[in-house]
Amino acid sequence: MSVNNEKEVLLDIQHVEVTFNNSRHHNFKAVKDANFQIYKGETFALVGESGSGKTTIARAIIRLNDTSNGEILFKGKKINGPLSKEDKKWVQRNIQMIFQDPAASLNERATIDYCISEGLYNFQLYKDEADRQRKVDEALNSVGLLPEHKSRYPHEFSGGQRQRVGIARAMIMEPEFIIADEPISALDVSIRAQVLNLMNKFKEERGLTYMFIAHDLSVVRYFADRIGVIHNGRIVEIAESNELFHFPIHPYTRSLLQAVPMPDPEIEKAKVLKAYDQEKEDRTAETGSLQEIKPNHFIFMSEEERPEYEALIAEMEKYKEN
Amino acid sequence: MSENKNIILSVKDLEVKFKVRDRVLTAIRHISMDFEEGKVVAIVGESGSGKSVFTKTFTGMLEVNGEVSNGEIWFEGQDLAKIKKDSEWEKIRGKKIATVFQDPMTSLNPVKTIGDQISEVIIKHQGKSKSEAKKLAIEMMDKVGIKEPDKRYDEYPFMYSGGMRQRIVIAIALACHPRILICDEPTTALDVTIQAQIIRLIKDLSEEYGFTTIYITHDLGVVANVADIVAVMYAGQIIEYGLVNEIFYDSKHPYTWGLLSSLPQLGEKGEELFAIRGTPPSLFEAVKGDAFAPRSNYAMKIDYVQEPPFFKVTDTHYAKTWLLDPRAPKVEPPAAVKNLHKRMLALTAKGGIYGER
Repeated sequence: MSVNNEKEVLLDIQHVEVTFNNSRHHNFKAVKDANFQIYKGETFALVGESGSGKTTIARAIIRLNDTSNGEILFKGKKINGPLSKEDKKWVQRNIQMIFQDPAASLNERATIDYCISEGLYNFQLYKDEADRQRKVDEALNSVGLLPEHKSRYPHEFSGGQRQRVGIARAMIMEPEFIIADEPISALDVSIRAQVLNLMNKFKEERGLTYMFIAHDLSVVRYFADRIGVIHNGRIVEIAESNELFHFPIHPYTRSLLQAVPMPDPEIEKAKVLKAYDQEKEDRTAETGSLQEIKPNHFIFMSEEERPEYEALIAEMEKYKEN
Repeated sequence: MSENKNIILSVKDLEVKFKVRDRVLTAIRHISMDFEEGKVVAIVGESGSGKSVFTKTFTGMLEVNGEVSNGEIWFEGQDLAKIKKDSEWEKIRGKKIATVFQDPMTSLNPVKTIGDQISEVIIKHQGKSKSEAKKLAIEMMDKVGIKEPDKRYDEYPFMYSGGMRQRIVIAIALACHPRILICDEPTTALDVTIQAQIIRLIKDLSEEYGFTTIYITHDLGVVANVADIVAVMYAGQIIEYGLVNEIFYDSKHPYTWGLLSSLPQLGEKGEELFAIRGTPPSLFEAVKGDAFAPRSNYAMKIDYVQEPPFFKVTDTHYAKTWLLDPRAPKVEPPAAVKNLHKRMLALTAKGGIYGER
């Protein structure tokens, strides 16, 4: 992949592979040769179906899953494999995660005060009790909750509020990089927009970088700057989000885009679903690699597929002009 | 709401209450609605709006602390709201009105084979013999797209993928050829590509068997795909009702506007996404006026005082908002709603995947 000189690379994933060994899957490769960069200040979305390996990549970044090959560099420093205690702490502090289900990710028996302060306690990130209180109050305010909520328990909140707590506890660590794993999937439609706006606000105010994991392409179009599509552990396409929507090239991306129901009856009722040809992908798995087919637009392909994809691009360009 | 059509199910002034600890929650607040035979009606609403509770009253499946406290539910000349005994419900539930639930893992019995679970329904409701039931079950498995059904008949649910399990749940629901199929978020737990297949399957089967479908979902994309008619629910009431195109392209209620314009699919890069502020009201307390008023940008004084009636927009389209009163000021819906179709086309058509349609 070409290095973009203008932008600072925050996270660099190089040939990362994650292998699981258990009785059912011997040496099951959940992530295969993943290569991508996340630039400072951008929102990078990783989109795929369940079992595609998107969460596994995230877990490998925060060191919950071991990598069996490749390197993960955060701010130029290798963060996978064996690390010193200080380096581990540095990763844990600077990369925070927001989880899908705020009900499951918060300790039910702990007050909101504790849930949010947990990271501060672990890393001794406060001078004295008053300083800790001030930080918690600030964090609560910043996500639109009130300091008086501190003494409550997670179950006393609605789903949207709980997700705000999840965001507050990530933000209080003042991380540079946040991995949000399906942060809005468990929320109601009218609450989703509130949470997305909140995340965008933090991005602007604090220059945060996000990796946004999702299964729904239509949501990430609005939220992400660039999108990577992952299928069966392999990244099949990476492009800027508008580009990806207007010129989806890889057959899997196309089938995924088409499967997403659009909130428009005329479009939906006219839609004809195309089946995705898995066998074809399997044929190119050995010889293929992620290649730049258009500027900053990468797809997984083998050389013999190139003419076919180039023809498709030409056809789409023609369509666009009309 | 519609006359001289073939009405299969008619709900009149329905109210449902739950006892929660020592308090009473009114989950359904006086809904009247007719379901037209053979149509797909989508009920849209947030969690807690009462959409599942509403349809559970059709099959007597309310939790034990809930009861129909007022109203009538007419089906085949019988008022379902009057049924007290479970033995009576068994003549309706599963046989005439069947339900497909969200999570196929919890609606299937993990220690019984797939085949047995389908045959069981056929034996119970149609009085067939075991061997006849097996034959019918295998036929049904084939209908819902299970390959080599005779081989998979003796397998257990865990051996099936999520999408396949949901196909089995559909097979069980349809085994007795019900007249109404209630689909309660049938695809929420599934991947998008699988979701598309299941939606297609339900549609095809409804054409083949001619059953009426009631689709409960919060996903407006799914609604756009499946529905003939859409009912929007908020705080235990239906607040807007109309043909699918009327709801998507010409909605009248501020809550429907809010739902549509907060869709991330319609968001413009760099602009803040429209968000409905606040949260739905607590149904433990009596709601005064329009339940949506405190969250609405269009609320008027009367909205806090008196509950709006249904105003007629067209013969098929009704909305429960004072904005439609002739005395109300003229307001324009938000821009995102007004040019929804144009926006969606701009997003999808230009050489993109939708160019192929």
